[in-house]
Amino acid sequence: MTLKAIDVEVGHTHSQVLVTDLKRTQIVQYAGTSGDYNPLHTDEIFATKVAGYPSVFAHGMLTMGMTGRLVTDYVGDGQLTRFGGRFTSQVFPGDTLTGTLTVEATRDEDGGKVVDLKVSTVNQDGVEVFAGTATARVES
Amino acid sequence: MAVDRFPIEYGHILMFARSIGDPNPIYEDPERAIAPPTFVQASAQFDPDYFLRPKIGRPWMGSGKEPTGVTREGGGGGGGGGGGLHAEQHFEYHRHLKPGDVLSATTTPGRTWEKEGRRAGKLVFNEGVTEYRDQNGDLVVTAKVVGVRTERPATAGA
Repeated sequence: MTLKAIDVEVGHTHSQVLVTDLKRTQIVQYAGTSGDYNPLHTDEIFATKVAGYPSVFAHGMLTMGMTGRLVTDYVGDGQLTRFGGRFTSQVFPGDTLTGTLTVEATRDEDGGKVVDLKVSTVNQDGVEVFAGTATARVES
Repeated sequence: MAVDRFPIEYGHILMFARSIGDPNPIYEDPERAIAPPTFVQASAQFDPDYFLRPKIGRPWMGSGKEPTGVTREGGGGGGGGGGGLHAEQHFEYHRHLKPGDVLSATTTPGRTWEKEGRRAGKLVFNEGVTEYRDQNGDLVVTAKVVGVRTERPATAGA
């Protein structure tokens, strides 16, 4: 289902819990599907004893992937034209992440209507872990 | 990174969607499936030289019974990797990908710059732009990565 321009109000926000108590197993799953087997993410001995981190931590792209769901759930499938952002803090096993998108603008692009979104994902302490933007086509 | 052949496959999409915790039924439907927004990251699976995948018969930096003492092999392309972290990622979609598409990818190194971090010491950023083209040679996704290498572990982001 495609979002309609008429239904999009600048300033509207939408929040969604993306993961609750992130499991190490999910990080392992993501390593397997993405092909990024960096032991920082899945190997507690390596992450703590070799690399000096408090534990393994999630791939930034896992956080971005989970955040992508927030965006596609809102704008519909196959409508995104841009999606990007910065990884602003690390995500550790046990974290609960909530994503929020905010409608920044609707405008014309390439002969159609698009919506610009601000996207922010925070952990259970309110610390932002991903700060991004997205643009998607909407029905005019 | 250079990938000659990145086949977009339904089973891979299904498993990728599961791994990011996305229950959208489109990813479970072999007839309708499209690639999730961050899926092209998985092109690493098809990069023969990808340095964050153990290679058969070669030393690997991850632990066995104890740390191995093996340090990472060299490799570029930004993103994470022994001492390197992923700072930014941006995708531009020219069209959406579906099973049956076969992509190729080439990465062009971009800018490099330095910054003094609050916790992690000197930060060295480097940028790379990857163009994904389909079986017809058409540009389908443009991906920009910013990687950062830190002097010390960055425990609260770079």
